[in-house]
Amino acid sequence: MTAQLLTFYLFSGVILISSLMVISTKNPVHSVLFLILSFLNAAGLFVILHAEFLAMILIIVYVGAVAVLFLFVVMMLDFKTSINKDNILQFIPIGILIGVVFIAELIIVLINTKFDLSNIQVLPNPISDFTGKSNTEAIGSVLYTDYILYFQLSGVILLVAMIGSIVLTLREREGVKRQVVSEQLQRQGKIDLVDVKSGKGVDI
Amino acid sequence: MISLAQTYFIEVMTIILYCLLIFVPLLLGVVMALYADRKIWAAVQKRRGPNVVGPYGLFQVPADGLKFIFKEIILPDGSDKTVFLIAPIITLALSITAWAVVPVQAGVVLANINVGILYIFAISSLGVYGILMAGWSSNSKYPFFGALRSAAQMVSYEVSIGFVIITVLLCVGSLNLTEIVMAQKTMWFFIPLFPMFIVFFISALAETNRPPFDLPEAESELVAGYQTEYSGMPFVLFLFGEYINILLMCAMTTILFLGGWLPPIDIYPLNAVPGFVWFLLKVIFVFYLFAMVKAFVPRYRYDQLMRLGWKVFLPLSLFAVVATSSILFFFNLAPGM
Repeated sequence: MTAQLLTFYLFSGVILISSLMVISTKNPVHSVLFLILSFLNAAGLFVILHAEFLAMILIIVYVGAVAVLFLFVVMMLDFKTSINKDNILQFIPIGILIGVVFIAELIIVLINTKFDLSNIQVLPNPISDFTGKSNTEAIGSVLYTDYILYFQLSGVILLVAMIGSIVLTLREREGVKRQVVSEQLQRQGKIDLVDVKSGKGVDI
Repeated sequence: MISLAQTYFIEVMTIILYCLLIFVPLLLGVVMALYADRKIWAAVQKRRGPNVVGPYGLFQVPADGLKFIFKEIILPDGSDKTVFLIAPIITLALSITAWAVVPVQAGVVLANINVGILYIFAISSLGVYGILMAGWSSNSKYPFFGALRSAAQMVSYEVSIGFVIITVLLCVGSLNLTEIVMAQKTMWFFIPLFPMFIVFFISALAETNRPPFDLPEAESELVAGYQTEYSGMPFVLFLFGEYINILLMCAMTTILFLGGWLPPIDIYPLNAVPGFVWFLLKVIFVFYLFAMVKAFVPRYRYDQLMRLGWKVFLPLSLFAVVATSSILFFFNLAPGM
């Protein structure tokens, strides 16, 4: 138990510190790298909760794909000119507003719930019994049956977003030569395959 | 705290011992892989390859290593020094971490976790960060281009690797690497899933930045890509990380398609051989294929590389996922049904 507690404090401590660094470092690339560090440690917390499937998916999707694209964009910014003290100060009121809203919501939740960890186990299980199943199996068994509608809906939303961004960035350009591989391969009379005898060469 | 230390001391020491048991053979393997790579490449081109240092040139790689250790570490002026030094460490650490779940024989594995294949997939998708950080922190044009190319390439080919893994998982019904191997007792998966085997092999080449997909470090265009500004030990860390990744991909091909530690036929003289020998032989065979590809195939152009990844492999592997699951479903072959 102590080891579990220690790892919990390690992971959550690193999350807190790196999240703080995300908003306090001046270099945007460093911010993204700290963000990735906090994602990784969040995955560690999932592992402590025995939700190893979620942990791995978090790493694969957020760290392996989303954050890479994020870093990709931020790396190309000219960050030396974009940092300005006044710029940062002008966002403080709105930041405080959002922070107050979050804290208020947390307080409301905490007041309305008996904050006792032992309560969590006796909560009525709304779906089905998962005992003896690995959590990959458990997620799969409800995601494609009970929650198929939401699953499909989120898929459709993502598809629409993808098509939308393609439509927005698509433009016809004049005079671009494209390689059409099938045409190249079917071209007759211009390419000959010749069996070259060793030491004799070939006449062209 | 003292009681805590007493409780966990032996456990921690055992884990460290196991880690060394993975790490030391892995480093030896990398040394042999570097040597084999150069020898095979040389043999294809009718050269001798390394043949001066030690018997048959076997000490060439350790000698190179020593040379790198004693070289000065140059930190470019204007580079982001912290990120610059962390990048190679991350590359090496991640590539070694992935080996924690690789089973070399029935039951011989450091961490036999339920989501082994996802773990390896996750760790290998993190590998791109070492390269991106190296390219950006060098504050130089060629490394930056190399890093951008590499990031786009690795993210693209990860997609098809993911789908190929799904086709294998459909036939196994588990994410555990040991169970994936045991599911191949009757037939190795490269026979029914042969097209996926090819897709996986080529994607593995692209994922590890091996020729013909070594555009991130294409020496005729980008000097040495993301490694351009590195020297001494950090360079060695990159080199080792890269080769450990290559060996990992060979091991993955072995586990997913070539039956892991299982003998080719389950008859007496073959199944008396210990499992890790078969595993090793298969990994060496796949590495030999990697080295031969490096020797034969000219480098791809970047747009061709992207076309292959997105327009050929992605539809193919997506179709394979649908086809495999349909066949398994209609013939009632799916595990756990």
